[in-house]
Amino acid sequence: MAGLTMSRPGLGRGVVLLVAGLYFVVPIVCAFAFSVGIGSPGQQVGLDAYTGIGAAEGLADSLALTLKVAAATVALVLGVLVPALLAVRLAAPRLRTAVQAVCLLPLVVPAVALGAGITTLLRWGADRYYGTPLFEGLVALQDPDFPVILVLAFAVMALPLAYSTLDAGLSALDLRVLVEAARSCGSSWPRTLVHVVLPNLRGALLNAAFLTLALVLGEYAVAALLGYQPFAVWTVVISGSEAQMSVAVSIVGLLGTWALLMVIAAAGRTKRLKEAS
Amino acid sequence: MSIPLTVAGSRATLPRPALDSALVPRRRSLRVAAGGWLGVLPLFLFVGVALGLPVATMVIGAFTTPSTSSAEGGLTTANMAATMQDPYLSSLIGSIKLSATAAAIGAAVGLPIAHAIVTSRFRALREAVLAAAGVLANFGGVPLAFAFVATLGNAGVLTNAFHLGDLGWSLYDMRGLTVVYLYFLIPLMVLTLTPALEGLRVQWREAAANNRANTVQYWRHVALPILLPSLLGGFVLLFGTAFSTYATAAAIAGSTVQLVTVQIAAGLSGDVLVGQGNVALALGLDMVLIAAIVMAIYLPLQRRSARWLA
Repeated sequence: MAGLTMSRPGLGRGVVLLVAGLYFVVPIVCAFAFSVGIGSPGQQVGLDAYTGIGAAEGLADSLALTLKVAAATVALVLGVLVPALLAVRLAAPRLRTAVQAVCLLPLVVPAVALGAGITTLLRWGADRYYGTPLFEGLVALQDPDFPVILVLAFAVMALPLAYSTLDAGLSALDLRVLVEAARSCGSSWPRTLVHVVLPNLRGALLNAAFLTLALVLGEYAVAALLGYQPFAVWTVVISGSEAQMSVAVSIVGLLGTWALLMVIAAAGRTKRLKEAS
Repeated sequence: MSIPLTVAGSRATLPRPALDSALVPRRRSLRVAAGGWLGVLPLFLFVGVALGLPVATMVIGAFTTPSTSSAEGGLTTANMAATMQDPYLSSLIGSIKLSATAAAIGAAVGLPIAHAIVTSRFRALREAVLAAAGVLANFGGVPLAFAFVATLGNAGVLTNAFHLGDLGWSLYDMRGLTVVYLYFLIPLMVLTLTPALEGLRVQWREAAANNRANTVQYWRHVALPILLPSLLGGFVLLFGTAFSTYATAAAIAGSTVQLVTVQIAAGLSGDVLVGQGNVALALGLDMVLIAAIVMAIYLPLQRRSARWLA
């Protein structure tokens, strides 16, 4: 392996990585150049697009909406997944295939198709149950301040990734031995869960939460179809009048997501890359 | 697997059921099984409501005529038939072509990159590139679209610098979209292939070399057959991802490109004729069917490739 293959593949590897690096770096550099006005004739070079972000109309609302929905989605995804996965590992291994199938099912429904189904469902429901308590419920689901319907849709979309992340985290543990050790030391079930199981899953939980968060921050299709204006939709809406700012906001969003990933990766340093894929 | 003392409920998977059930009282095993159901139930309920109801609506809508205030919708296959005619058919074909092209290029380019990363001697470089791939693979959607509009769009930095417009370049057609899609498809391919490439043992290469195989022969007879399930699986995964992408295409080209996702959104928002909503639902059902085929190919392949990684 050594000697013969050392020099040539080494060079080839360098070229491959260089070309790939260029393809991935150039658009981001160009986007930054564009947002500060370099490269477009007749443009004043300056950071106006960035300093203007804070005062941009509608940004605060859309950002608040996005963050509220993101927090609720993360809570919902973990809230239904963690008990199910623990139950499958500890008590009902026969349900494992069923749980896996259910969690991977959303992969078969593209976001646009899901959005189409939801809008139609809401319209039909409103037509048919107008004036009944169910109608009130449907209205509450679509409350513009806190659209529960978006939380439900995003949680479904995040399920496959969150499942595979958590499942990989659980596979790395000998959950049964941990639980039995704790139980035979006299620990109660709740105490075992909170002090033994969950701390061991910290990395996987953080990863699943991050992936869900990233999905919600960038989600466009369902939100646009349902007529809400979270961050991603807002960016598109302003792009018509404020091209530079929409690019600037995109860059800030990208760097923010990246930083978040780094922080979370540092917080729960496990075999994160395999899990994240 | 072979832990001597286990909680009840797993008896079915243990080699010696008699001994195990003797250790654990039957009543407790029932209680644990009930606890298992209790833990799984919220998940099933949630998916049943949040995914099952919209999909059921879509299926029903795809096979009924639009219900007006006076009449209920009746059963029909006209919507599905309409998706097999223009302009809907050409949007389906456009989506499939774009996705297949982008996935093929992504797979062809992703393999050497993944190989370069896996065989790199610098651990820091590997970690950094893989972390970046994780971000970029999720960096679809709107920010990506705008980065490319700023780079290669009509007023983009590179377009202006190299007068690409005069050379016939346009970001807003299928070729342009392919270039954009590759930006998140290649990292996805790298992430998919890395575990498989890491599973290629040095010993296999040495064994091949001991049998006088040269590099080409090693790749032809050893490495590629082992990698093939991962490569195919990756291709299918890329295809599925590209096929269902909406935000990127919508943000770049609006409703000018013939893509099925764009058509669905247009049909629902009532930009086009009234009553096209049901055809949009039928298109959605087409997408689900295609995605189901994709997954039916992908999951077995992934399981097969996982066998080599143990």
